[in-house]
Amino acid sequence: MRKIFSMATVALLSLSLVTGCGTTAAPKTSDVIKVGGDLELSGGTAMFGQAAEKAIKLAFDQQNAKGGVLGGKKLEYVSGDNKSDAGESTSAATKLATQDKVVAILGPMTSGNTLAAAQVVSDNKVPLITPTGTADKVTFENGQVKPWIFRACFIDPFQGQVAANFASDNLKLKKAAIFIDQKGDYSKGLAAAFEENFKKSGGEIVAKEQYVAGSDKDFRATLTRIKAANPEIVFVPGYYQEVGLIVKQAREMQMNQVFLGGDGWGSPQLVDVAGKTPLENTYYVNHGAMDDPGMAQFIKDFKAKYNADPDTFAALGYDAANMLIKALESAGSTDSEKLRSALENTKGFQGVSGELTVDPKTHNPVKSAAILQFKDGKSVFMTKINPK
Amino acid sequence: MGSVTLQFLQQIVNGLSLGSIYALIALGYTMVYGIIKLINFAHGDIMMVGAYVGWFATTTLHLSFLPALVLAMMASAILGVLIERIAYKPLRNVIRIASLITAIGVSLFLEYGGMLLVTPQVRTYPPVFPDTIYNIGGIIVKYGDIVMIVTSIILMVLLHVIVQYTKIGKAMRAVSFDTEAALLMGINVNNTISATFAIGSGLAAAAGVLMGVYFNTIDPLMGIIPGLKAFVAAVLGGIGIIPGAMVGGVFLGLTESLVSGLGWSTWRDAVAFLILILVLIVKPSGLFGKNIREKV
Amino acid sequence: MGKWMNRQSLVTILGVLLIYGIVQGSIFMDVMPPFVALTLIQICIYVILSSSLNLINGITGQFSIGHAGFMAIGGYFAAIVIVKFHGPLVLALLVGAIVSAVAGFLIGLPTLRLNGDYLAIATLGLGEIVRIIFLNTEYVGGASGFSVPKTINWTWAFGLTVLSILVMRNFINSTHGRACISVRENEIAADAMGINTTKYKIIAFTLGAFFAGLAGGIYANYMYIIQPMTFSFLKSFDILVMVVLGGLGSLTGSIVGAIVMTVASAALAGLPEWRLVITAVLLVAMMIFRPTGLLGTKEFSLSFLGKKGDKNAASKN
Repeated sequence: MRKIFSMATVALLSLSLVTGCGTTAAPKTSDVIKVGGDLELSGGTAMFGQAAEKAIKLAFDQQNAKGGVLGGKKLEYVSGDNKSDAGESTSAATKLATQDKVVAILGPMTSGNTLAAAQVVSDNKVPLITPTGTADKVTFENGQVKPWIFRACFIDPFQGQVAANFASDNLKLKKAAIFIDQKGDYSKGLAAAFEENFKKSGGEIVAKEQYVAGSDKDFRATLTRIKAANPEIVFVPGYYQEVGLIVKQAREMQMNQVFLGGDGWGSPQLVDVAGKTPLENTYYVNHGAMDDPGMAQFIKDFKAKYNADPDTFAALGYDAANMLIKALESAGSTDSEKLRSALENTKGFQGVSGELTVDPKTHNPVKSAAILQFKDGKSVFMTKINPK
Repeated sequence: MGSVTLQFLQQIVNGLSLGSIYALIALGYTMVYGIIKLINFAHGDIMMVGAYVGWFATTTLHLSFLPALVLAMMASAILGVLIERIAYKPLRNVIRIASLITAIGVSLFLEYGGMLLVTPQVRTYPPVFPDTIYNIGGIIVKYGDIVMIVTSIILMVLLHVIVQYTKIGKAMRAVSFDTEAALLMGINVNNTISATFAIGSGLAAAAGVLMGVYFNTIDPLMGIIPGLKAFVAAVLGGIGIIPGAMVGGVFLGLTESLVSGLGWSTWRDAVAFLILILVLIVKPSGLFGKNIREKV
Repeated sequence: MGKWMNRQSLVTILGVLLIYGIVQGSIFMDVMPPFVALTLIQICIYVILSSSLNLINGITGQFSIGHAGFMAIGGYFAAIVIVKFHGPLVLALLVGAIVSAVAGFLIGLPTLRLNGDYLAIATLGLGEIVRIIFLNTEYVGGASGFSVPKTINWTWAFGLTVLSILVMRNFINSTHGRACISVRENEIAADAMGINTTKYKIIAFTLGAFFAGLAGGIYANYMYIIQPMTFSFLKSFDILVMVVLGGLGSLTGSIVGAIVMTVASAALAGLPEWRLVITAVLLVAMMIFRPTGLLGTKEFSLSFLGKKGDKNAASKN
């Protein structure tokens, strides 16, 4: 009797698992091409993932309206949520790669979650493009490139270097403070590169403070410390939600220094958060230029579809999706090896965030950067800096 | 030396204004706890809903600040009562941990339901307070700081008066002290608890709107961290005790500012929790709490 | 009596072997979809976590909501042994679990004097302190996380889970376990009966921390990377939900709770925006209509094997 019960348990258990997790494998017919998104759709950084997902869907819709890829095949987007958690990112990638049999994965947005998915996609030979995983080791670790991992964004050192050179060469400032997001690899990477290059040009770092993105809203205690160190420029490599508050609160504390940041500042919402006047005398590094015609079209399309302004995350998500579409076309098939090598040989891809060429040795995109300045609540193009 | 003193005083000001925000949220938290002994994890999320209602009222309906605030408080009060009736009331007499799980469920529902409804995008509040900044001998005080501190003190006093000197307040205290006995004495326990939830949630909404105005930004997950901090503040002061919430909030705000001011901003939350634990170990019912040994 | 026990044990052993065999066989034959395999291992991890928290919350009646902190300690120390000292997996898991148990003991000593909600907030705070310590430690990668090679497979995960459950079951059924239950039922009465309540609370807390540390070690060695954010208080809530959903105080309940929540999360993976809303509604409805959880505590009078039968009944109904 009990034996039967035990058997039944096992049967039920396996059944519940199979039915539970196994959304019936879609027919592998050739009229759709499935692309997965391993994105932060819930949890602490849901804002980034949801923005990118919208842009990816937009890119796919546009391509499908143009007749799809590879001679009329439609792109189908399969959504996966990593709950802003590294472990869940592994599971989402596993599900997409093995259950949904996607040809490629877009995402995750943060470096940590991308690293967590990296091994899974490599084991399953599914190329992955992270829109915003900027840490060095995402694509290149221990002197070796990770063949299946690509990215659509700058790497941290380049951006940090551009910022540091701009501060010392163009602005001729010597005393800098750095205000870092402790939770972000992105912020830390940029800060390290900035510090190194700024010191190289004879500058001095007078204060280095940290905040915690997502939970801090009141930065005055730390800003008081920065103010006391009396810097000429404050480098804040963070995302616009916090940067906006930081700049606003700093100005309220009568800190009139130059503020400088990276591409995380790139959102129309920054002005809403910080206000026009506080943003005077601030600069940031961004991809290409916001007044680029491609960008303008993207902003228009995004607004038409979602009635919201796209931010940097959306722009890079859009670029990641289009980078994949271009690679699919040039590979001429969905074969993973061919797709991988097509991605690796991406040259002169015209994304909305600028022209992008993948370096086959590191999988880091070679992109030019621009310095933008805020004037009356608008970011104005100042100068373009090309990668060496 | 002068600059160090100045920095210290500035940090005190920073801490006071941060602390009054915590206190404002903690007031509602502590009230609800006081009456049904439930850690209402959804309190921070009710605050978020209040902030959104206020935002909607000012931006879409173009209401001015005070009507928007009243609308937000009313909407949240209704929401709070609904939550209590639907989710907490059926569990009043079963094990407490079940209500706690329900509270977590409600909290998740509000956070992610909110995310579905309004998207996770950050929204910005229109400026309501003037941008006036006072510079008192190098110490900078914002107009908003004064509003926050004054509002939280007024609300605390008001709440204290309600609880101590009005009929409904007496009923609340009676229910809090002994629900069964209160019922036998002819107090309508259900209505009293609903009233508590309505007041508590209204206060949360006020805190939410003020926070939205003060920090300029709101998002669906904005309630989690302040909710947790407010809870810590409430426990620190002695949970269920109204002046305790105020003291706990200010104490927490000051601690955070001073720790950050010493350059240990990343350890700030850890220090706050450590102090909480130390206080609890030394005085298990909080700074203002009465130590009652639980009896059978 | 003895004979009856033996027959039951035999059936359980067979059942366990069968589960193991089916899964291992299908992995070996390459018919097991990797996502299912991953979900199964996650279930193992959560089963250990929820049953160990049940030891503290359900059996001993102490209200702890900082379990993710112990999971973090176990995970990080196991990872340090593997990555920094190139130690073997067994040693890593053991070190993780032991360090976590020691931390549990040290933390339990002062805090377990607190009652009810005060203990809850204190443990929640401790869990956060642990997380913040790892967040600030560059040696283990700080916020960006700590990469760990994947060395855990189904055999390891399942074997360790069965072993943990066995140990916990034996503990619950031992004199010590009974003493813990008496603390839960009535602390003052237990005190009066000469039971050293503080001692048993600490024993349960330490043991719970040990297994949470073990689960953390398995997690770290399976998930490629661990990040402090993973172990936030929300993770503690997840585990608590599993325990209460399954039935506070019931070991099999914790197992069922962990399985249900993990499978539900996997099944709803296709609806990311709705997943947590649906989970929340189900959770609230579940608590309103069955506040004692799926299994309640009723199988307490039965032996572990008896409960096995009940579990069948429950899943059939």
